[in-house]
Amino acid sequence: MALPQTELRPMGKSILRKEDPRLIRGKGRYVDDIMLPNMLYLCILRSPYAHARIRRIDTSAAQAAPGVKLVMTGEDLAKMNLAWMPTLAGDQQMVLATGKVLFQYQEVAAVVAETRAQAEDAIQLIEVDYEPLPAVVDPFKALEPDAPILREDKEKKSNHIWHWEAGDREETEAIFRDAPVVVKQDVRFQRVHPSPLEPCGCVADYNSATGRLTFYVTSQAPHVHRTAIAMVTGFPEHQIHVISPDVGGGFGNKVPIYPGYVCAIVASMKLGVPVKWIETRTENIASTHFARDYHMTAEIAATEDGKMLALRVKTIADHGAFDATANPTKYPAGLFSIVTGSYDFKAAFVEVDGVHTNKPPGGVAYRCSFRVTEASYLIERVVDILARRLQMDPAELRLRNFIRKEQFPYRCPTGWVYDSGDYEKTLKLALERIGYDELRKEQAEKRARGEFMGIGISTFTEIVGAGPAHSFDILGIKMFDSAEIRVHPTGKVIARLGVRHQGQGHETTFAQIIAEELGLSADDVLIEEGDTDTAPYGLGTYGSRSTPTAGAAAALCGRRIREKARKIAAHLLEVGEDDVVWDGTSFSAKGLPGRSVTMKDVALAAYTNVPEGMEPGLEATYYYNPPNLTFPNGAYIAVVDIDKGTGAVKVRRFLAVDDCGNVINPMIVEGQVHGGLTEGFAIAFMQDIPYDADGNCLAPNWMDYLVPTSLDTPKWETDRTVTPSPHHPIGAKGVGESPNVGSPAAFVNAVVDALSPLGVEHIDMPIYPWKVWSILREHGIEE
Amino acid sequence: MKIRVKVNGTLYEADVEPRTLLAYFLREELKLTGTHIGCDTTSCGACTVLLDGKAVKSCTVLAVQADGCEVLTVEGLEKDGELHPLQSAFWEEHALHCGYCTPGMLMASYALLQDNPMPTEEEIREGLSGNVCRCTGYMNIVKAVQSAARKMAGETGKAMGEVATSGTAAD
Repeated sequence: MALPQTELRPMGKSILRKEDPRLIRGKGRYVDDIMLPNMLYLCILRSPYAHARIRRIDTSAAQAAPGVKLVMTGEDLAKMNLAWMPTLAGDQQMVLATGKVLFQYQEVAAVVAETRAQAEDAIQLIEVDYEPLPAVVDPFKALEPDAPILREDKEKKSNHIWHWEAGDREETEAIFRDAPVVVKQDVRFQRVHPSPLEPCGCVADYNSATGRLTFYVTSQAPHVHRTAIAMVTGFPEHQIHVISPDVGGGFGNKVPIYPGYVCAIVASMKLGVPVKWIETRTENIASTHFARDYHMTAEIAATEDGKMLALRVKTIADHGAFDATANPTKYPAGLFSIVTGSYDFKAAFVEVDGVHTNKPPGGVAYRCSFRVTEASYLIERVVDILARRLQMDPAELRLRNFIRKEQFPYRCPTGWVYDSGDYEKTLKLALERIGYDELRKEQAEKRARGEFMGIGISTFTEIVGAGPAHSFDILGIKMFDSAEIRVHPTGKVIARLGVRHQGQGHETTFAQIIAEELGLSADDVLIEEGDTDTAPYGLGTYGSRSTPTAGAAAALCGRRIREKARKIAAHLLEVGEDDVVWDGTSFSAKGLPGRSVTMKDVALAAYTNVPEGMEPGLEATYYYNPPNLTFPNGAYIAVVDIDKGTGAVKVRRFLAVDDCGNVINPMIVEGQVHGGLTEGFAIAFMQDIPYDADGNCLAPNWMDYLVPTSLDTPKWETDRTVTPSPHHPIGAKGVGESPNVGSPAAFVNAVVDALSPLGVEHIDMPIYPWKVWSILREHGIEE
Repeated sequence: MKIRVKVNGTLYEADVEPRTLLAYFLREELKLTGTHIGCDTTSCGACTVLLDGKAVKSCTVLAVQADGCEVLTVEGLEKDGELHPLQSAFWEEHALHCGYCTPGMLMASYALLQDNPMPTEEEIREGLSGNVCRCTGYMNIVKAVQSAARKMAGETGKAMGEVATSGTAAD
């Protein structure tokens, strides 16, 4: 049971969430709940073709339809220079199509009407004359010399976008030339979509009298959205007020700017009334930015006795029609070079090529730091393949190759400096807790009886918390983050941060951080995020960066306030500042027992009785530029049983031992782990967005793109080790994404382990029952 | 079309387009925005409400079908400023993150406990399998429903005890 919010010294305690009272009453305020006077509705007409030239668009019938106030096409936007907008990856993306369409469900025209239904009716009346063109769906075919060139707007006449590499090619190749053992595997990370329960949407409200645009949007990065809108439209940034109200899940989906947002803003400015656009689930899956879609090949060079020497990775990244990753500018493949994982390789070389196809743009980081799930899944999969080749236990191979505790800070062959970790301790705890040796014995007995049971391990390392600012930026804006704390006369606090939570519990955990620093309770601290008029500038919540960056800013901002408070306390206690001692809840005078003042006493004095010459008030702002990223890690173990009759995989047990450094609220951390594991489970077993040869999306809804229900989802077991981050002010690392990053490999490794007596080395995700069933039947295994 | 529908105990009369879905009627006409819409295709259950005591996905019910019926939404769970035991349990067991599925989950759980006051874990998972949560992984939702069931059984027991006591006094 969680503790009440009135608890003092709340750090590390399971405090009840402060955001819940409104959410359990149905009194949250999500973007679709915003209903303004005279508000109109916008709907979007989308392309039925993946690749087609637009010969003509006739909007006359739609314009004459009941309730319709405005119809817009790409040509209309082109007159305002808004037919295209920049993506976060430095490419550009069509807002409404001009010339041709490049993916099915691409935005072609927008209608604004008095009601949602009228707008939906009217888009059916728009006639578009398309000339279908051959679709390019396979990224490898897109690179062939005779492939149709998709992007006519680009100078480069090729579907190849960029080449990126990390590590040392020559050193790596030298090791491979002499290596006694080399394993190689093609691994696909399929196209998936974050699909939060609340789809994307906005309300644009332009007030011509004040010249201000208020833009309500379900956003993970409201400040970035404001800057981007200012850049795209040329509208003055201070006249744009972005409000990200309660956000119904994000998982990376709500970082980018989408065409519907631009359309709603243009419509509101043209019509002078608020305009709402809320997408449907189909629009969400089939047009907003996807995740992953990496075609990877990995090789490990090793010795016969299981010392891993070098890693070589080659990847084709399918970015769809527009390169719209949400990656920092310097890193087109994100932080994929963390692919050396938890292991002490001598050398590594990683290369990635980005490719255009006739599919929706992306790819965002779906509940992970930039491209880190791809990396973690790949290395953890291939390490298992090596273990099989060497006939070594996969736990033993990992233990033999881990970066050792004393090697931290550890520079990996691709250049990252890992902050801290104790991988051996974490894996050993996991092995002991799950009863690994007994499970292997049970497996041997079952194998002897012809049954298929598997045990899968994943010992991943994440890289989260971008900045530091010298290496990381979004649209040129450096990736720091911020906190502003105002302590009011009665000792109550309002704190605002530059990030934006979507269910992570910031209203509670950041209140705990600040309460801990100020000697108050979480109940005394109100956290506000998501309003660009009031919150200090920040880059938003994704890539597990909130605690590493804004959490650090909150702690240091609190300490800045405490420094001033100490001076006021000295004044109140009538002693010198050096004689004031802070014990966590009050200031006392050294050597004078019984004389103490609390932060509440100091707060009142800050407005009523400050020392001579001191500026009144008690508030501070802190912009935190992290000196390094943080490296959460963990050891996950899955145990599966396979039904020979149906090919269904039953996840019997799953244990996640996470090391995310110091923990602020154990209840929330455990909740985050449960949620991330469930999404990892979905990716491993259920989720894929396939396209047919003509580029038709075959899973544009939740009947074909599967999200796990309470019946599908396994029960999770969790545990922790704690290796604080040495450079973070409270030693925390971030956790929301670790379980989604680390778990897919554990699931797949378990299934492959179960089927290994049949010689199976790899199965691409998602592992549908029919895939397992086919493997069993191919090998003559019957029920 | 004119409809009369009682929502959370209040009778509303309204003139609606025949195609208006109950979810949109509740949200946009009555401004009861606690009922959320997540998929438009009956897949996610965020819009679950009780229609004459039965859990329905209100994105797949026409407002006119509710004519003459009673609807209970998440806003109707709290009584006299007291949270319903399910609401308290969701809070105490950390059964919500973003909160978007929560109203639908609460209503589906409410209907489940009406039919089966002391469900097993498997029965809860089965009973809530029409409601998607993308954040929690369901374990804490199951725990919350179990905890609320225990609390409600205790309260019912107490209430019955009180009735029995007063009955004895009357005798």
